[in-house]
Amino acid sequence: MGNKTPLFETHKAMGARLVNFAGWEMPIHYGSQIEEHHTVRRDAGMFDVSHMTVVDLIGAQARPFLRHLLANNVDKLQDEGKALYSCMLNEQGGVIDDLIVYFMHESWFRLVVNSGTRDKDIDWIGTQAGPFAIDVIEQPELAMIAVQGPNARDKVLSVLDASVRQSVADLKLFFGVEHDDWFIARTGYTGEDGFEIMLPGAEAVAFWNALKDAGVEPCGLGCRDTLRLEAGMNLYGSDMDESVSPLVSGLGWTVALDPPERGFIGQAALTSERAAGVKQKFVGLVLEDKGVLRNHQKVVTGDGAQGEITSGSFSPTLGRSIALARVPANTGSNCHVEVRGKLLAARVVKPPFVRNGKVQIDLE
Amino acid sequence: MSELPGDLKFSKSHEWVRVNDDGTVTIGITDHAQEQLGDMVYVEVPEQGRELKAEEACAVVESVKAASDVYSPLAGVVVEANEELADSPEAVNQDAYGAGWLMKLKPASSDALNDLMDPVAYQAFIDAE
Repeated sequence: MGNKTPLFETHKAMGARLVNFAGWEMPIHYGSQIEEHHTVRRDAGMFDVSHMTVVDLIGAQARPFLRHLLANNVDKLQDEGKALYSCMLNEQGGVIDDLIVYFMHESWFRLVVNSGTRDKDIDWIGTQAGPFAIDVIEQPELAMIAVQGPNARDKVLSVLDASVRQSVADLKLFFGVEHDDWFIARTGYTGEDGFEIMLPGAEAVAFWNALKDAGVEPCGLGCRDTLRLEAGMNLYGSDMDESVSPLVSGLGWTVALDPPERGFIGQAALTSERAAGVKQKFVGLVLEDKGVLRNHQKVVTGDGAQGEITSGSFSPTLGRSIALARVPANTGSNCHVEVRGKLLAARVVKPPFVRNGKVQIDLE
Repeated sequence: MSELPGDLKFSKSHEWVRVNDDGTVTIGITDHAQEQLGDMVYVEVPEQGRELKAEEACAVVESVKAASDVYSPLAGVVVEANEELADSPEAVNQDAYGAGWLMKLKPASSDALNDLMDPVAYQAFIDAE
């Protein structure tokens, strides 16, 4: 049996279908993945993401350490509570993991990293932290609940303690606020507004049930994947890993090569890659023919060159199949995808496909 | 778990077979199979006239999660395929033993039916899985 979050029994009681996910017994859906997807786009849904790894960096040198560790520049974080998305690279510029870093205060930064990469992340961060005067403290006792959707904010605010409600209501996008042992951030992985809430594991069941009573529907990790795909958000291990750089993974916008003297891990490799000309690009695909695009299917472009789908599925919002793909840099606006020996026509688009409930691409 | 219809035969790869009055058989995937796969979003059925061997991959059902092959429980010729699934793949979820049927086959031999499980045996098979 895998690891269990504090909400495991609650999921079972609510009819979840549980699967093993990165060593954790997690809900894939509670009945219909597609209905849960629509609930998040139209109303409010909640996800147990307690399997994710929270790591606190404590000490006066936390900021200098993160300047060295992360491809994005932590100096963009000047206001307390602000969050930043970044890749953590190896020396070759390959992606060890993607993460969110929250600026709590000058001697406390909080990282949220993927559970599937937990062991190597902790090792890497610990090794790199050696010369810096900081403590690396994992917080496994924290549960995490993501509440997402156009009505998520109102419904969360309705169940929060009065002492914290106003400061949470005032949160701007990509900011969080700490209150006792809780940390509530206006972040997410669905393309909808909402919160990600870290709280002591012992309080998770009561909070989950309160949200349910406020009309927030439990949602499984199945629809979390189709939601993030529609939102054009990368999934570690599918869209990028240690063998590829962020520059060919649609994550160039998260890499701060300036100032050159910052010297983060992987900076030299990415600077060379950019100077030589980046050979591939990361695009969205919309399938024009019938069928479903899937991870690892081959993309064939006009001149016979090849690319690969890194994430493909059915988009419940669009009612057709979409994908993220790594293709040659000169790929035009159309391509084909090889599905069971047949070449199906697809259109190349710029993600996201959907944001805040609205379709962002031209469907015809 | 809903009760299994008594007039059906079942394969180990979770297809069902119903014998029709005209000697053809109707084939689909079981309710257990659709439940495992989740929401269907695309179904690919075989062409009419295609000759199938027993246990040959002959259709594909795709849920949001994954694509899965469907294997013909019997050898025979495809006499009809359920083209309506192209527009309503969810019928496989909603009515696996009815509107969610995949194809009709003229079987090469009716003896082969004896190799398939009856509802009691299939229920025991999925309980043991």
